[in-house]
Amino acid sequence: MEIKQQATDVLIIGGGAAGCYAAFTIAEQNPALSILLVDKANIKRSGCLAAGVNALNAYITKGQVPEDYVAYAKRDAEDIVREDLLLSMAQGLNRVTQKVESLGLVILKDANGEYVARGNRNLKINGENIKPILAKEVARHKNITVLNHVNIIDYINQSGAVIGAYGLSAEHNLFYVLTAKAVICATGGAAGLYKPNNPGFSRHKMWYSPFNTGAGYAMGIRVGAEMTTFEMRFIALRCKDTISPTGTLAQGVLAAQINSCGEEYQYKYGNTTAERVYATIQENLAGRGPCYLKTKGISLAQEEALKKAYLNMSPAQTLKWIESGTGPGQDNVEIEATEPYIVGGHTASGYWVDGNRATTLPGLFAAGDVAGGCPQKYVTGAFVEGEIAGKAAVVYAAKQKLPKLNEGLLEQKYQYVQEYFHNEISLYSTGELEEAMQKVMDTYAGGITSHYQFNEKQLDLAQQKIEKIVKLSKKLNAADTYELVRIFELKERLTVCQVLIAHLKARHETRWHSFAENLDYPNKSQAWEKYVNSRYHAGEIKIIFRKLVGRGERYEHQN
Amino acid sequence: MSIKIDKTKCIGCQKCKQVCPGNLIRLDKQGKAEIHAAEECWGCASCLKECSQNAIRYYLGADMGGNGTLLYVKDNETTIEWVIDKGDGTTESIIINKSNSNSY
Repeated sequence: MEIKQQATDVLIIGGGAAGCYAAFTIAEQNPALSILLVDKANIKRSGCLAAGVNALNAYITKGQVPEDYVAYAKRDAEDIVREDLLLSMAQGLNRVTQKVESLGLVILKDANGEYVARGNRNLKINGENIKPILAKEVARHKNITVLNHVNIIDYINQSGAVIGAYGLSAEHNLFYVLTAKAVICATGGAAGLYKPNNPGFSRHKMWYSPFNTGAGYAMGIRVGAEMTTFEMRFIALRCKDTISPTGTLAQGVLAAQINSCGEEYQYKYGNTTAERVYATIQENLAGRGPCYLKTKGISLAQEEALKKAYLNMSPAQTLKWIESGTGPGQDNVEIEATEPYIVGGHTASGYWVDGNRATTLPGLFAAGDVAGGCPQKYVTGAFVEGEIAGKAAVVYAAKQKLPKLNEGLLEQKYQYVQEYFHNEISLYSTGELEEAMQKVMDTYAGGITSHYQFNEKQLDLAQQKIEKIVKLSKKLNAADTYELVRIFELKERLTVCQVLIAHLKARHETRWHSFAENLDYPNKSQAWEKYVNSRYHAGEIKIIFRKLVGRGERYEHQN
Repeated sequence: MSIKIDKTKCIGCQKCKQVCPGNLIRLDKQGKAEIHAAEECWGCASCLKECSQNAIRYYLGADMGGNGTLLYVKDNETTIEWVIDKGDGTTESIIINKSNSNSY
């Protein structure tokens, strides 16, 4: 494996919504700066928006103000949010929406040229080509270099600051050493930690991109970045089997959730995102399953429009309708809850950042699904965070010189990576260890099989068993660079699992049903109106409690 | 959930390989595209949209209720045509105008 070194002013890891937006924001305002945008696939179709997106879920519609959005997100997360981050995100939503419309995104408008809202916060769009649109805008800027198909595996952490990253190219068998004045992490969250809904052949037919392995979190954890609210897992309520979105049915044709007796049940449980999952689980446990979205009786025209809408974001659902010979007008759509994910675009898990989206490590910024404290940001919120982090990274970079890499560090990391080629053929494969990890998490850390519930003893077992798998993962053998990348992806997931378990153990209450259902502490408690943060240091995950940052307050990092 | 690639139609242009978000498509010794881990496909349909030869077929795994129907895409300048091959000799097409928003 050859070593390839490259230096840039700003390094952006991950070319999704946040990463692309950060790249062209910086490029536009600073034509003299060099920007290197690295993605594990090709930014034209990489990450969670590969198939498209069904709507813009975060927009300040007519009659609403950004503070309304903050209040909504705060209510949905039962108060464990950063109001400073939510407000700066909400204030930028309409600006970035206008920008992506100008780049070519189709947004539905009425006869007066006003956007047509879906509910209070959503816009109707054709989001099938959202990634090609972003990639095209990135390509227009000569000062952005895109490095597709390179997996970033670790930051370069020198004298306490992040000055770049190491990457692997399976295709060209290269070990990349990328140095920068500032680094923005925009990799996305973590899927594939728990046993999925379709654990066999269709194991990757899941809600979030199965290729989002939690790399951004894991790299930060390893170098001691402070993380927040990993215990607020995200579980999506989806169309059964195809794991396709339900929002299009619930909000589009106003389909209510019903049980197998035909009764609406949501009102009995509350209506936060977590409560909609919990309600469905409880109905099933009470013997009233399966549960459905009541679509029966919608018109043929509505049915046709739904088939088109699903093709634009989740084609499997349309195929399923056509294949079965019945559509949503004839049969209600069965729903199920997914396995849990860690994803800061929906819940509040991620890097602990300040208003500039600077992490606790000098030189490192975070935006989108990896940035914590700011749930319900969705695609447009990720754009705003890309913009904020991009601008702040430029200010930071202006004060830095191009870093000089310590050759000893590089040699050490290169040797560490090489070890996996030299390990003896291991008894277990990477895939087998991934399956083992998913089973442990499913059984002992509140997966689908355990109805998302856990107690402290089970979490202790999860911790012990994951540690064993971590040890086994060190003995894995890679025949080629492709297999090496798979080993690193597994290691990323294992690191995220360890921090997740520590967070689930630390919060002694049940604030969010299903998302963190602790049977030892089944109630919500005022004493837990605080953040659970963590920092990995010298082999230990240290839990840190922090006071809530409320309305009108601003959090700044203290040196 | 996965895809099948018809090698008799594949011209080896590699566009599908370029866009797969999971890096799951490779070229075989004859220079034709193949999916090397069918069970790792997310089902995003990115590769179908790239294939000018309509050589890639998308299907639902039997474990998620698949019944043998295949889907392919004709991506034109202004429309995307989704063709569903029902396996009994009949097909059904859904044509989406790219400049139209979803109704829902």
